[in-house]
Amino acid sequence: MTGESRPAGFDPNSVRKVVPVQAPQQVAWQVFTEKMGGWWPLATYKIGRANAVDAVIEPRVGGRWYERGDDGSTCEWGHVLEWEPYSRLVLSWDISADWQPDPNLKTEIEVRFVAEGADRTRVELEHRRLDRFGARRDEMRRIFDTEGDWGRLLESFARRAEAA
Amino acid sequence: MDALGDPTRRLIFERLQGGARSVGEIAEGMAVSRPAVSQHLRVLKDARLVMDQPLGTRRLYSVDAKAIQAIRDWLDGFWDQALGAFKEAAEHEARERKRR
Repeated sequence: MTGESRPAGFDPNSVRKVVPVQAPQQVAWQVFTEKMGGWWPLATYKIGRANAVDAVIEPRVGGRWYERGDDGSTCEWGHVLEWEPYSRLVLSWDISADWQPDPNLKTEIEVRFVAEGADRTRVELEHRRLDRFGARRDEMRRIFDTEGDWGRLLESFARRAEAA
Repeated sequence: MDALGDPTRRLIFERLQGGARSVGEIAEGMAVSRPAVSQHLRVLKDARLVMDQPLGTRRLYSVDAKAIQAIRDWLDGFWDQALGAFKEAAEHEARERKRR
Protein backbone atom coordinates (compact mmCIF):
# COMPACT_ATOMS: atom_id res chain seq x y z
CA MET A 1 0.00 0.00 0.00
CA THR A 2 1.50 3.30 -1.04
CA GLY A 3 1.31 6.65 0.65
CA GLU A 4 -0.70 8.40 -2.02
CA SER A 5 -3.41 5.76 -1.96
CA ARG A 6 -4.26 6.78 1.59
CA PRO A 7 -6.86 9.48 1.80
CA ALA A 8 -5.83 12.61 3.64
CA GLY A 9 -8.31 12.19 6.49
CA PHE A 10 -8.26 9.13 8.69
CA ASP A 11 -11.77 7.84 9.25
CA PRO A 12 -11.95 5.55 12.27
CA ASN A 13 -15.24 4.18 10.98
CA SER A 14 -13.89 2.80 7.75
CA VAL A 15 -11.32 0.36 6.47
CA ARG A 16 -9.63 1.06 3.14
CA LYS A 17 -7.65 -1.29 0.94
CA VAL A 18 -5.88 -0.84 -2.38
CA VAL A 19 -4.86 -3.85 -4.46
CA PRO A 20 -2.98 -3.69 -7.76
CA VAL A 21 -4.27 -6.39 -10.06
CA GLN A 22 -2.55 -7.60 -13.22
CA ALA A 23 -5.77 -7.85 -15.21
CA PRO A 24 -7.87 -5.59 -17.45
CA GLN A 25 -10.54 -3.54 -15.69
CA GLN A 26 -13.37 -5.57 -17.19
CA VAL A 27 -11.83 -8.87 -16.09
CA ALA A 28 -11.27 -7.58 -12.57
CA TRP A 29 -14.88 -6.41 -12.39
CA GLN A 30 -16.22 -9.70 -13.71
CA VAL A 31 -14.18 -11.86 -11.38
CA PHE A 32 -15.27 -9.72 -8.44
CA THR A 33 -18.95 -9.61 -9.27
CA GLU A 34 -19.65 -12.76 -11.30
CA LYS A 35 -17.19 -15.23 -9.84
CA MET A 36 -17.13 -14.23 -6.22
CA GLY A 37 -17.78 -17.83 -5.17
CA GLY A 38 -14.47 -18.75 -6.76
CA TRP A 39 -12.33 -16.61 -4.48
CA TRP A 40 -14.35 -15.60 -1.43
CA PRO A 41 -13.05 -17.66 1.52
CA LEU A 42 -16.38 -19.48 1.86
CA ALA A 43 -15.00 -22.19 4.12
CA THR A 44 -14.82 -19.74 6.99
CA TYR A 45 -16.59 -16.55 5.94
CA LYS A 46 -20.23 -17.55 5.65
CA ILE A 47 -23.26 -17.35 7.87
CA GLY A 48 -25.62 -20.18 6.88
CA ARG A 49 -25.70 -23.58 8.54
CA ALA A 50 -25.12 -25.43 5.27
CA ASN A 51 -21.70 -25.57 3.61
CA ALA A 52 -21.55 -22.52 1.37
CA VAL A 53 -20.77 -23.32 -2.26
CA ASP A 54 -21.22 -19.94 -3.89
CA ALA A 55 -21.39 -16.20 -3.24
CA VAL A 56 -23.69 -14.33 -5.59
CA ILE A 57 -24.23 -10.66 -6.43
CA GLU A 58 -27.35 -9.99 -8.50
CA PRO A 59 -26.17 -7.55 -11.20
CA ARG A 60 -28.42 -4.56 -10.66
CA VAL A 61 -29.20 -1.83 -8.13
CA GLY A 62 -31.34 -3.45 -5.44
CA GLY A 63 -30.01 -6.88 -6.33
CA ARG A 64 -29.29 -9.30 -3.52
CA TRP A 65 -25.87 -10.32 -2.29
CA TYR A 66 -26.02 -13.78 -0.78
CA GLU A 67 -24.35 -17.10 -0.16
CA ARG A 68 -25.75 -20.36 -1.48
CA GLY A 69 -25.43 -23.54 0.57
CA ASP A 70 -24.87 -27.06 -0.72
CA ASP A 71 -28.45 -27.85 0.29
CA GLY A 72 -29.79 -25.11 -1.99
CA SER A 73 -30.52 -22.69 0.84
CA THR A 74 -29.53 -19.04 0.53
CA CYS A 75 -28.42 -16.57 3.16
CA GLU A 76 -28.52 -12.88 2.42
CA TRP A 77 -25.49 -10.73 3.18
CA GLY A 78 -26.68 -7.44 1.75
CA HIS A 79 -27.76 -5.60 -1.36
CA VAL A 80 -26.40 -3.75 -4.35
CA LEU A 81 -26.64 0.00 -3.69
CA GLU A 82 -24.78 1.18 -6.77
CA TRP A 83 -23.90 -0.72 -9.90
CA GLU A 84 -21.61 0.93 -12.45
CA PRO A 85 -19.87 -1.68 -14.61
CA TYR A 86 -16.88 -1.89 -14.88
CA SER A 87 -15.74 0.83 -12.57
CA ARG A 88 -17.72 1.11 -9.34
CA LEU A 89 -19.82 -1.01 -7.04
CA VAL A 90 -21.41 -0.25 -3.68
CA LEU A 91 -22.78 -3.06 -1.56
CA SER A 92 -24.55 -2.95 1.76
CA TRP A 93 -23.71 -5.44 4.45
CA ASP A 94 -26.99 -5.93 6.28
CA ILE A 95 -26.28 -8.66 8.77
CA SER A 96 -27.48 -7.84 12.24
CA ALA A 97 -26.13 -9.13 15.52
CA ASP A 98 -28.40 -12.15 15.40
CA TRP A 99 -27.44 -12.80 11.79
CA GLN A 100 -30.75 -11.77 10.34
CA PRO A 101 -31.21 -9.21 7.59
CA ASP A 102 -31.52 -5.82 9.28
CA PRO A 103 -32.02 -2.82 7.00
CA ASN A 104 -31.17 -0.46 9.86
CA LEU A 105 -27.74 -1.88 10.40
CA LYS A 106 -26.05 -1.51 7.07
CA THR A 107 -22.40 -0.99 6.67
CA GLU A 108 -21.27 -0.10 3.16
CA ILE A 109 -18.63 -1.60 0.96
CA GLU A 110 -17.54 0.49 -2.01
CA VAL A 111 -15.28 -1.07 -4.61
CA ARG A 112 -13.67 0.97 -7.36
CA PHE A 113 -11.91 -0.54 -10.36
CA VAL A 114 -9.46 1.99 -11.77
CA ALA A 115 -7.86 1.05 -15.11
CA GLU A 116 -4.11 1.63 -15.15
CA GLY A 117 -3.34 0.66 -18.72
CA ALA A 118 -4.79 -2.20 -20.73
CA ASP A 119 -3.70 -4.98 -18.41
CA ARG A 120 -3.62 -3.39 -15.00
CA THR A 121 -6.34 -2.36 -12.61
CA ARG A 122 -6.12 -0.71 -9.24
CA VAL A 123 -8.87 -2.06 -7.03
CA GLU A 124 -9.81 0.18 -4.14
CA LEU A 125 -12.11 -1.08 -1.43
CA GLU A 126 -13.65 0.87 1.38
CA HIS A 127 -15.75 -0.76 4.10
CA ARG A 128 -17.40 2.14 5.89
CA ARG A 129 -20.00 3.11 8.47
CA LEU A 130 -18.43 0.65 10.84
CA ASP A 131 -19.90 2.58 13.74
CA ARG A 132 -23.07 0.68 12.94
CA PHE A 133 -21.34 -2.66 12.89
CA GLY A 134 -19.30 -1.98 15.97
CA ALA A 135 -22.31 -0.74 17.84
CA ARG A 136 -23.41 -4.26 18.52
CA ARG A 137 -20.11 -5.88 19.10
CA ASP A 138 -21.02 -7.22 22.51
CA GLU A 139 -24.14 -8.94 21.26
CA MET A 140 -22.15 -10.23 18.33
CA ARG A 141 -19.45 -11.56 20.53
CA ARG A 142 -21.90 -13.67 22.47
CA ILE A 143 -23.30 -15.12 19.30
CA PHE A 144 -19.90 -15.76 17.82
CA ASP A 145 -18.92 -17.61 20.94
CA THR A 146 -21.67 -20.15 20.43
CA GLU A 147 -21.87 -20.61 16.67
CA GLY A 148 -19.62 -22.28 14.17
CA ASP A 149 -17.88 -20.89 11.09
CA TRP A 150 -18.25 -17.14 11.46
CA GLY A 151 -18.02 -18.00 15.13
CA ARG A 152 -14.54 -19.39 14.73
CA LEU A 153 -13.58 -16.41 12.66
CA LEU A 154 -15.00 -14.05 15.20
CA GLU A 155 -13.39 -15.86 18.07
CA SER A 156 -10.23 -14.21 17.02
CA PHE A 157 -12.08 -10.93 16.74
CA ALA A 158 -13.52 -11.40 20.20
CA ARG A 159 -10.08 -12.06 21.62
CA ARG A 160 -8.86 -8.83 20.12
CA ALA A 161 -11.90 -7.00 21.37
CA GLU A 162 -11.21 -8.26 24.85
CA ALA A 163 -7.57 -7.34 24.63
CA ALA A 164 -8.44 -3.86 23.41
CA MET B 1 -30.84 -4.46 24.36
CA ASP B 2 -30.38 -2.36 21.27
CA ALA B 3 -28.70 0.86 22.26
CA LEU B 4 -28.83 2.24 18.73
CA GLY B 5 -32.36 1.05 18.01
CA ASP B 6 -33.75 4.38 19.18
CA PRO B 7 -33.65 7.16 16.55
CA THR B 8 -32.72 9.85 19.07
CA ARG B 9 -29.82 7.79 20.39
CA ARG B 10 -28.72 7.12 16.85
CA LEU B 11 -28.74 10.85 16.17
CA ILE B 12 -26.77 11.53 19.35
CA PHE B 13 -24.26 8.86 18.44
CA GLU B 14 -23.90 10.32 14.96
CA ARG B 15 -23.33 13.81 16.40
CA LEU B 16 -20.54 12.43 18.52
CA GLN B 17 -18.80 11.06 15.45
CA GLY B 18 -17.68 14.62 14.83
CA GLY B 19 -15.84 14.84 18.15
CA ALA B 20 -16.36 15.16 21.89
CA ARG B 21 -19.28 17.31 23.03
CA SER B 22 -21.04 18.35 26.21
CA VAL B 23 -24.68 17.51 26.90
CA GLY B 24 -25.64 21.09 26.08
CA GLU B 25 -23.85 20.98 22.74
CA ILE B 26 -25.44 17.66 21.89
CA ALA B 27 -28.92 18.88 22.80
CA GLU B 28 -28.57 22.06 20.75
CA GLY B 29 -31.21 22.16 18.03
CA MET B 30 -32.67 18.82 19.04
CA ALA B 31 -36.34 18.33 19.78
CA VAL B 32 -35.62 16.63 23.11
CA SER B 33 -34.73 18.13 26.48
CA ARG B 34 -31.31 18.07 28.04
CA PRO B 35 -32.36 15.60 30.74
CA ALA B 36 -33.66 13.31 27.99
CA VAL B 37 -30.33 13.60 26.17
CA SER B 38 -28.57 12.71 29.43
CA GLN B 39 -30.75 9.61 29.74
CA HIS B 40 -29.89 8.53 26.22
CA LEU B 41 -26.22 9.15 26.87
CA ARG B 42 -26.40 6.87 29.89
CA VAL B 43 -27.80 4.07 27.74
CA LEU B 44 -25.05 4.60 25.17
CA LYS B 45 -22.47 4.62 27.94
CA ASP B 46 -23.80 1.40 29.44
CA ALA B 47 -23.54 -0.18 26.00
CA ARG B 48 -19.93 1.01 25.92
CA LEU B 49 -20.53 2.92 22.73
CA VAL B 50 -19.87 6.27 24.32
CA MET B 51 -17.48 7.33 27.03
CA ASP B 52 -17.28 10.50 29.07
CA GLN B 53 -14.63 12.51 30.80
CA PRO B 54 -14.81 15.51 33.10
CA LEU B 55 -13.64 18.86 31.77
CA GLY B 56 -13.81 21.52 34.45
CA THR B 57 -17.41 21.63 35.59
CA ARG B 58 -18.70 19.86 32.50
CA ARG B 59 -18.57 16.34 31.15
CA LEU B 60 -17.51 15.70 27.60
CA TYR B 61 -18.98 12.76 25.74
CA SER B 62 -17.29 11.00 22.88
CA VAL B 63 -17.50 7.78 20.88
CA ASP B 64 -15.66 4.95 22.60
CA ALA B 65 -12.93 4.37 20.06
CA LYS B 66 -12.17 0.87 21.29
CA ALA B 67 -15.58 -0.32 20.14
CA ILE B 68 -14.77 0.53 16.56
CA GLN B 69 -11.10 -0.31 16.72
CA ALA B 70 -11.64 -4.01 17.38
CA ILE B 71 -13.96 -4.27 14.39
CA ARG B 72 -11.55 -2.28 12.22
CA ASP B 73 -8.66 -4.54 13.15
CA TRP B 74 -10.62 -7.60 12.35
CA LEU B 75 -11.97 -6.29 9.03
CA ASP B 76 -8.52 -5.07 8.08
CA GLY B 77 -7.22 -8.63 8.25
CA PHE B 78 -10.34 -10.03 6.66
CA TRP B 79 -10.15 -7.79 3.59
CA ASP B 80 -6.44 -8.46 3.20
CA GLN B 81 -7.22 -12.14 2.95
CA ALA B 82 -10.30 -11.79 0.73
CA LEU B 83 -8.72 -9.28 -1.65
CA GLY B 84 -5.55 -11.35 -1.84
CA ALA B 85 -7.65 -14.28 -3.01
CA PHE B 86 -9.52 -12.01 -5.41
CA LYS B 87 -6.29 -10.68 -6.91
CA GLU B 88 -5.08 -14.22 -7.53
CA ALA B 89 -8.38 -15.23 -9.16
CA ALA B 90 -8.51 -12.11 -11.38
CA GLU B 91 -4.93 -12.51 -12.53
CA HIS B 92 -5.50 -16.18 -13.24
CA GLU B 93 -8.59 -15.30 -15.27
CA ALA B 94 -6.67 -12.63 -17.22
CA ARG B 95 -3.92 -15.12 -18.10
CA GLU B 96 -6.51 -17.71 -19.19
CA ARG B 97 -8.28 -15.25 -21.47
CA LYS B 98 -5.04 -14.17 -23.07
CA ARG B 99 -4.17 -17.75 -23.84
CA ARG B 100 -7.50 -18.34 -25.60
